[in-house]
Amino acid sequence: MSKKLPRRDVVIVGFGWTGAIMAEQLTAEGLDVVALERGVWRDTSTDYAVTNAQDEVRYRYRDELFEVLSRESLTFRNNTSQDALPMRMLGSFLPGTNVGGSGVHWNGQTWRFLPSDFQARTHNEERYGPLPEDMTVQDWGITYDELEPYYTQFEDICGIAGKAGNLNGEIQEGGNPFEGRRSSEYPNPPMEMVLAPKLFAKAASELGHNPFPGPSANMSQPYTNPLGVQLGPCTYCGFCEKYACGNYSKATAATTILPVLMRRDNFELRTQAMVLRVLKTGDGRMADGVEYITPEGEVYHQPADIVILAAYITHNVHLMLVSDIGEPYDPRSGEGVVGKNYAYQVTSGVSVFFDKDVHINPYVGAGALGMVIDEFNGDNFDHTGLGFIGGGYIATWQTNGRPMETHRVPEGTPKFGAGWKQAVRDNYNHSLGIGTHGAVMSYRGNYLDLDPTYKDAYGRPLMRMTFDFGDNEMKMSNFLTDRAVEIARAMNGREIRVARRTRPYSIVPYQSTHNTGGTIMGDNPRDSVINKYQQSWDLPNLFLTGAGAFPQNAGYNPTGTVGALAYHTANAIRTQYLRSPGPLVQA
Amino acid sequence: MHLTRRALLTGASLIALSSTALARTYIGGVPWEPEAANPPQVFDPSARFFTSGERDFVTAAVDRLIPEDEFASASQAGVVTFLENQLSGAYGRGDIYYMHAPFSRGEPSQGYQERAPAILYRQAIADIAARLQADKNKTFQELSEEEQDQFLLDLSNGDVELEHVDAKTFFDTFWQDTQLGFFGDPVHGGNRDMVSWRMVGFPGARYDYRPYIDHNGRELNFEPISVAGAISQGGKS
Ligand SMILES: Cc1cc2nc3c(=O)[nH]c(=O)nc-3n(C[C@H](O)[C@H](O)[C@H](O)COP(=O)(O)OP(=O)(O)OC[C@H]3O[C@@H](n4cnc5c(N)ncnc54)[C@H](O)[C@@H]3O)c2cc1C
Ligand code: SF4
Repeated sequence: MSKKLPRRDVVIVGFGWTGAIMAEQLTAEGLDVVALERGVWRDTSTDYAVTNAQDEVRYRYRDELFEVLSRESLTFRNNTSQDALPMRMLGSFLPGTNVGGSGVHWNGQTWRFLPSDFQARTHNEERYGPLPEDMTVQDWGITYDELEPYYTQFEDICGIAGKAGNLNGEIQEGGNPFEGRRSSEYPNPPMEMVLAPKLFAKAASELGHNPFPGPSANMSQPYTNPLGVQLGPCTYCGFCEKYACGNYSKATAATTILPVLMRRDNFELRTQAMVLRVLKTGDGRMADGVEYITPEGEVYHQPADIVILAAYITHNVHLMLVSDIGEPYDPRSGEGVVGKNYAYQVTSGVSVFFDKDVHINPYVGAGALGMVIDEFNGDNFDHTGLGFIGGGYIATWQTNGRPMETHRVPEGTPKFGAGWKQAVRDNYNHSLGIGTHGAVMSYRGNYLDLDPTYKDAYGRPLMRMTFDFGDNEMKMSNFLTDRAVEIARAMNGREIRVARRTRPYSIVPYQSTHNTGGTIMGDNPRDSVINKYQQSWDLPNLFLTGAGAFPQNAGYNPTGTVGALAYHTANAIRTQYLRSPGPLVQA
Repeated sequence: MHLTRRALLTGASLIALSSTALARTYIGGVPWEPEAANPPQVFDPSARFFTSGERDFVTAAVDRLIPEDEFASASQAGVVTFLENQLSGAYGRGDIYYMHAPFSRGEPSQGYQERAPAILYRQAIADIAARLQADKNKTFQELSEEEQDQFLLDLSNGDVELEHVDAKTFFDTFWQDTQLGFFGDPVHGGNRDMVSWRMVGFPGARYDYRPYIDHNGRELNFEPISVAGAISQGGKS
């Protein structure tokens, strides 16, 4: 039996990037908000001190900031003919588990999707004809223009460093000429580049591409955001993604929102509060709050008028499934929506090796320090005859020279032993990487449901992930890799090494924490879980934030769009829902 | 003499632990506490996981994986001490991993499906000894260097049949942990005197490279430093 607590206006499940955004927005509206976070409070000054945050063993390889699988994990298989097995150790993706969530240890590559990405089905079918039968790509039910002000809002909160390529329809020199219309310049100028991205940009320009600085949440100068919170300049420490910033230089919930939010009397944060399920009212038509458990084993019922799931996509989908909200997706019939259209990111890389007189000094880096080309993203190029839709960006990000994680060796190097050791020594400081970052379309057979066998520490079934890359992704990724090889050759190094992405998708090597879908957005309840305000079609006082909304993934990192959608939702709650609580879009 | 803040660090870590043990509520401010800190955990030189027979195997094997040249071998760099610490602690126990039954071997794409790393190591080392005894009537240490290398290569390809564990999973885990001991911060017991960092030219736990952003390809030559505050003594590799 759970203890029932006093009712609140809003309960937020998960206090990461979007949980903090929603809490700040709704407390500003005067609502009484409580956030429940399964992890603990962390302070920059005490927990991420600049003198000891740079520890590969502790953070990257022993997972100090990542989620704890002994509490809850998921099972995985490539297709329905296999038995799913539990993810026993983290690998392919690394979600966070404390205040700030995955946003604590993200890179900060902060993108907008292309206008055509939001119309993926209509746009591609109009231009190239019908999509393959098993491809379940959908339009989002929201347009780029609707989201534009909220992209700006998120970028201003973060202090994104970048160069506009399209200001109110005018193409700008030095920015991304393919991006959608921006209403204003980035709040900070681009980061100053180190050698490797400069070499990339020079080679890409020679090939006729338009390289530009990647939009970065690592501060290029001191910055005070619209909430009055101050960030310091990035010191290029090279312990950025998978690590927390000790310098208050990476935009995270803690460095942009919490100093203001935590002082508000109408906000309360409870840590080590693991939410087990969403509760429904007796008639099953509204969410009645949530049930959570503390480390002492006490179970509470926190009732609230509005429930917001901000627990990261995988946990949002799991909570929907274990709470029996909406119809679970069935890949055989194609019916049902919860768990539908799970997607991811397809990446590949090319290494370039230089002679010993070129010192790349890879440790002078930052999570979002890089030069990018966007010629082959989305529908920025003609796909006629190519046999695939979508695309991705190609970049040299100089993120780190952490020697365990980043020691490139040329083709033909022995796996271990004297030859390997010599190759590491000869190439560590004389090589760089080019990465491709591609879209993943959605398919009938890629989905999330509950596992029939494995349970978590609370007795709930684990979520089961069934996923593989499709033919579209393989062709597209190979195409992008070929373009990256051309750029690599044009850098005139000593030699190159190509690492293509192969099938089957493996849950072992880290690829990206860009999981998407499962609680997808759309314009009607038959093929989506939420409307464009991220409001559940089933329970109108339930809202979901995060990349679960993406009907398929685009060729960019997700968080710019995740942040924009959160502000868009907050605005709809503030200006529409509070006035007349109920569905914001009629089904 | 290495400068170290170990005494200070271990004292403070007790406070950090006790302050986060229970569920907490925060209202009306940022809950910053003076003197609370979450410093690195310093390795214990006396930690033991391996029996002496196991240690002989591990020492021989890591020194084939990372042999001595002008720079230290894995065991000379402290990798065995690192492994003793890791396997006798949270990592070995698999505290944060999903370790519930049923266990079965799936596809490589489904990842690690063995029991906790300490169990995997113990079982694999015994299985390897039994395999070599049956096939060659020798211990790993009694093989020639070429035979040792070939055996490790076969393990890495999954071409050795071990009785209880998956050979490739063991190799991958062992090789990753060996590299981690070699490249990781010395605070964990390996990478003695930051030998691997000096070998490749990695400056260690520095955090401000702003004066070097426009290095333009020149050599920077930093002496590495560790999160424990120690500075490399240069000296012998
Ligand atoms: C290494 C890494 C690099 C990345 N780099 C980039 C990048 O460069 N660009 C980009 O766009 N994106 C990047 N991302 C992704 C980015 O971090 C996420 O998109 C973003 O944090 C998602 O925000 P969220 O609010 O949905 O989830 P999160 O920020 O993860 O917050 C979710 C919170 O919910 C909590 N929670 C989960 N379940 C429960 C429960 N049952 N009860 C209570 N609390 C719960 C979690 O502990 C967590 O604090 C990266 C991620 C990682 C891990
Ligand atoms: S690279 Fe910059 S933003 Fe990233 S952790 Fe270091 S100082 Fe912070």
